[in-house]
Amino acid sequence: MTVRPLAVHAHPPTGAEQLSQRLLSVGLLPILLVLSVAFMAVFEQKFFGLNNLFNVLRSTSFLAIVAAGQMLVLIVGGFDLSVGAVIALTSTVMAKSMAALSAAMPDQTAAIITLGVLAGLGCGVFIGLINGLCVAFLRVSPFMVTLGTLSIATGLALLLTQGIPVYGMPDVFVKEFGRALWLGLPTTVYIALAIIALVWFMQTRTRLGRYLYAVGGNLQAAIVSGVPATLNVILAYVLCSVLAATAGVLMTARLGSGQASMGGDDMMLQSIAAAVIAGVSLRGGIGRVELVALGALFLSILTNAMNLLRVDSKMQVVVLGFILVLAVALEEYARRRRRHG
Amino acid sequence: MLLEMRGISKAFPGVQALDRVDFDLRAGEVHVLFGENGAGKSTLINIIAGTFAPDAGSFEFNGEPMRGLTPHRARVIGISPVFQEFSLVAEMTVEENLFLGREIAKAGVLNRGAMRERAARTIADLGFALEPGRKVVELSRAHQQMTEIAKALMGNVRVLILDEPTASLTESETVRLFELIAQLKASGIGIIYVSHRMSEIKQLGDRITVLRDGRLIATLDAAGVSENELVELMTGRKIDLLFPHVDHRPAETLLQVEDLTLADHSVEGVDFHARAGEITGIAGLVGCGKSELIRAVYGLETIIGGTIRVEGQAYGHPSPARSLERGVCYFPSDRVVEGLALGRPIRENVSMAALDLTRFARLRIMQRGSERRIVQGIVDQLGLRPPNIERVVGNLSGGNRQKVMLARGLTRTTRVFLFDEPTVGIDVGAKVEVYELMKQLVDSGAAIVLVSSELPEVLHLANRLYVMHRGRMVAELTGADIAEQRVLACFFQDEKTGQAA
Repeated sequence: MTVRPLAVHAHPPTGAEQLSQRLLSVGLLPILLVLSVAFMAVFEQKFFGLNNLFNVLRSTSFLAIVAAGQMLVLIVGGFDLSVGAVIALTSTVMAKSMAALSAAMPDQTAAIITLGVLAGLGCGVFIGLINGLCVAFLRVSPFMVTLGTLSIATGLALLLTQGIPVYGMPDVFVKEFGRALWLGLPTTVYIALAIIALVWFMQTRTRLGRYLYAVGGNLQAAIVSGVPATLNVILAYVLCSVLAATAGVLMTARLGSGQASMGGDDMMLQSIAAAVIAGVSLRGGIGRVELVALGALFLSILTNAMNLLRVDSKMQVVVLGFILVLAVALEEYARRRRRHG
Repeated sequence: MLLEMRGISKAFPGVQALDRVDFDLRAGEVHVLFGENGAGKSTLINIIAGTFAPDAGSFEFNGEPMRGLTPHRARVIGISPVFQEFSLVAEMTVEENLFLGREIAKAGVLNRGAMRERAARTIADLGFALEPGRKVVELSRAHQQMTEIAKALMGNVRVLILDEPTASLTESETVRLFELIAQLKASGIGIIYVSHRMSEIKQLGDRITVLRDGRLIATLDAAGVSENELVELMTGRKIDLLFPHVDHRPAETLLQVEDLTLADHSVEGVDFHARAGEITGIAGLVGCGKSELIRAVYGLETIIGGTIRVEGQAYGHPSPARSLERGVCYFPSDRVVEGLALGRPIRENVSMAALDLTRFARLRIMQRGSERRIVQGIVDQLGLRPPNIERVVGNLSGGNRQKVMLARGLTRTTRVFLFDEPTVGIDVGAKVEVYELMKQLVDSGAAIVLVSSELPEVLHLANRLYVMHRGRMVAELTGADIAEQRVLACFFQDEKTGQAA
C-alpha cells in the first residue's frame, strides 16, 4: 500500500544524435555544393570556363524559377506535375502568336513582343487556374489533376506545332534579350534573381506568404482562424504555373524558336528535386525560396558536371531519380526522429 | 443571456451525437459542461464555435439567431474556442500563430514590429512564460496550450470555450489560469468550461450542465451538488453498478518492459510490467506518452532503446504480426482510423487478425464455414446486437464497433490484452459490457493493460496503477493509494522535482 517513486532513466541526446540533428536541420545542401565544386576543380577544369559557367548560371536560373513555383505548391501541401508541360505550351503559344503578329503588323516590334509574352504567360494562368480550381474546390488529388493538365498542355503544344519548331519571333527579342548579356551576365540571371527576391519578400513579409504556410502547415487551424484557404491554394497553383510560364518565355527567347519538346519531364522532376533537396516538406508548411535556389544551383552543377564528364544521358536520368528518392527519404527520416516538445 | 440554445440535435453516420439539448450561457458566469467521452460535449461546443451546423433546434447569440455560422464568423463576433486539438500551425512561431487570420498589415505587407509588440503585451498581460519567437512545434504541450489560450483572447471575446484546459498544465499554470478565468468573468465574459475533474468543477463552476449519450440530463447550480450525485448523473448508474468488481489474482509476469525509449522520445526510459490475472492501469494526461508506450509494445512505434519480455522471453523489434503470434493483442483508441475496415462486414473485420490460423484459412484458402461459425460464436458471446455478422461495420454504433474490435482479439489464443482508451465514444451500456469482458478475461488468467484518460475508469478497475507524465513513468500506485488526489499529486510532484533538477 505505498506510492513507489520509480527510478527515472536519463537519456540525454548523444553526440552523434546532436550532430545528425544539426546536419538535418541545416541541410546537406551547402556541403554538397562545396563538395561538387571542389570535385570539379580537381577533375574537370573545363567547368570553370566562362562559357560553361554562363551555361550553368542560365540553367540554374530557369530551374530556380520553376522550382520556386513548385515550392509554393508544395508548401500548400500539393504538388505540380504540369510545370514542364506548361513550359512547352508557353513556348509554342508565344512563338506562334509572335510569328502571327509579325506577319500582321511587321513594324510594331514592341507590341508584338508584349502581346506574345502575355499570350505565353496567359497559358500559365490558364493551366494554373485549372489545377488550382480542381484541387481547391473539387478536392481532386493534386497528382491526378496535374497529371491531367500535363497531358492537356503537352497535347496542345504538339497540336499547335505538329512537333516542328516555330520560328518567326522578332530578332530583337532573341538577340537583345534572350541571348544578351547585361553587365557581363546573361539577362536570365537578373530576372531569376529578381523573381527569387520577390518570392522571398512575399514569403517573409506579406500576409499571402503567411497564409500559404498556414494552409499547408495545418489546414484546419488555418480555416478556423479565418484564413481564406481555398483562395490561397488556387493562388499557389496559379503562381506556380505562371512562374513555369516565365521560365518558358526565357528559355524560348534564349533558343530563338518555340518548341513543344521544351521543359518536359526533366523540368518536372528537377523542380521537385530542387525543392525537396532544399528542405521543402512534401507534407506542406515548410520551404524557403533562397534554399530552393541553392538546390537548383546544385542540380544544375551536377547535370553540367555529368555532361562534361560524358556521363550517358540515360544514366543522368537515373542519377537524378536516385537523388530525388534519397532527398525524400532523408526528409521523412528527419521528421520521424524529431524530438517531441 | 449571451447564448441561448433550444432543442439542438446533431447526428453523425451511426451516432445521434446530440438529441434535443437545451443550453444557455449568461454573461459573467462559468458554465461547466460535464459528461463522459462521447456524451456530446464536444459536439455541442463545436456547434457553438461554428464547426458544425446543428440538424435541428434554435441557436441565439446575443438575441440574434445564428444561421450558417462558420468558425471564422464565430471568432469575429466574439465566440473564442480553445480546443484540445490545437488550432495552431506547428511550423509557425507563437507570434505568427497569435495573429493568424488577423495580421496587422498594410496592402498585404505585414507590420511585423506592431505585431511583435502586441504579442509581447498580450503574453505579459496573461502572465504566461511564452517566447513569441519560438516555433510551436518546439514547445511542450503546456506551452502550446497557453499559446492556444492567448490566441483565443487576442480579439474581442464575449464567449470563451475552454475544453479541458488544465489537461496539460502544471499546478502553478493552473492556478494562473484560474485567476485569469476570474478576471474574465468579472469583465462580463461568459465561459463554457468542459472538464471532468471534480475539484475544478466545484472551484470554478457557477452552473453545471450534465450530458449523457447526447441527451441533456440536468442543468443545476454548482453550489450544493455533491460529487457522487454528479457521477451518478453522468453515468446514469451508481458507481458500483458501473464498474464490476474484479477479483485480481496476480500470478506470473507476462509482460515486462525495461528502460523503453521511443525514436520520437514520447516515451523515455520507461519500466513497467503486467501480470496474469490482474488489470494494470496506466494513467496520465493527454500526450504524456501512455498510448505510445503500449503501441510500441505491440510494434506500432519505433523503439530506440530498452527491452521487452513476453512470458519471460526477450522480444526485440516488435511487429503486430509477431505480437499476435506471441499472444499480445492491442485495441486502438481510434477504431475508425486504426481498427476497422468500415466498408467490410463484421465477419471479415473479426477474422482479419487470425487468417494465418488453419481454422480460418488452409493453404491460403479461406475456410468460410469455419470462419462464420467461429465469428458468430464470439459475436454472440459479446452480445453484439443485432447478431448479424454480414452487416457492414460502417453502419454500426460506437459501442458495437468496439465489440467488433474486441471480438477480433478473441479469435486466437491471447494472454496479454492492451486496451487503449477502450470506452472513448461508446455509450454507458456498451461500456459496462466492455468492463464485464475485461473482468472475464482477467478471471480466465489473462493480463490486461488499460490505458485511459478517464480517471474513474482506471481508478476503479486497476489493481496496480502506473502514472505517466511527459514520457516518463512517475509512480506506481497500489491498494488504497489508487485515488484521484494521489494520481494528480504525481503529476505535480514530478513538476517540482523537474524544476529542482
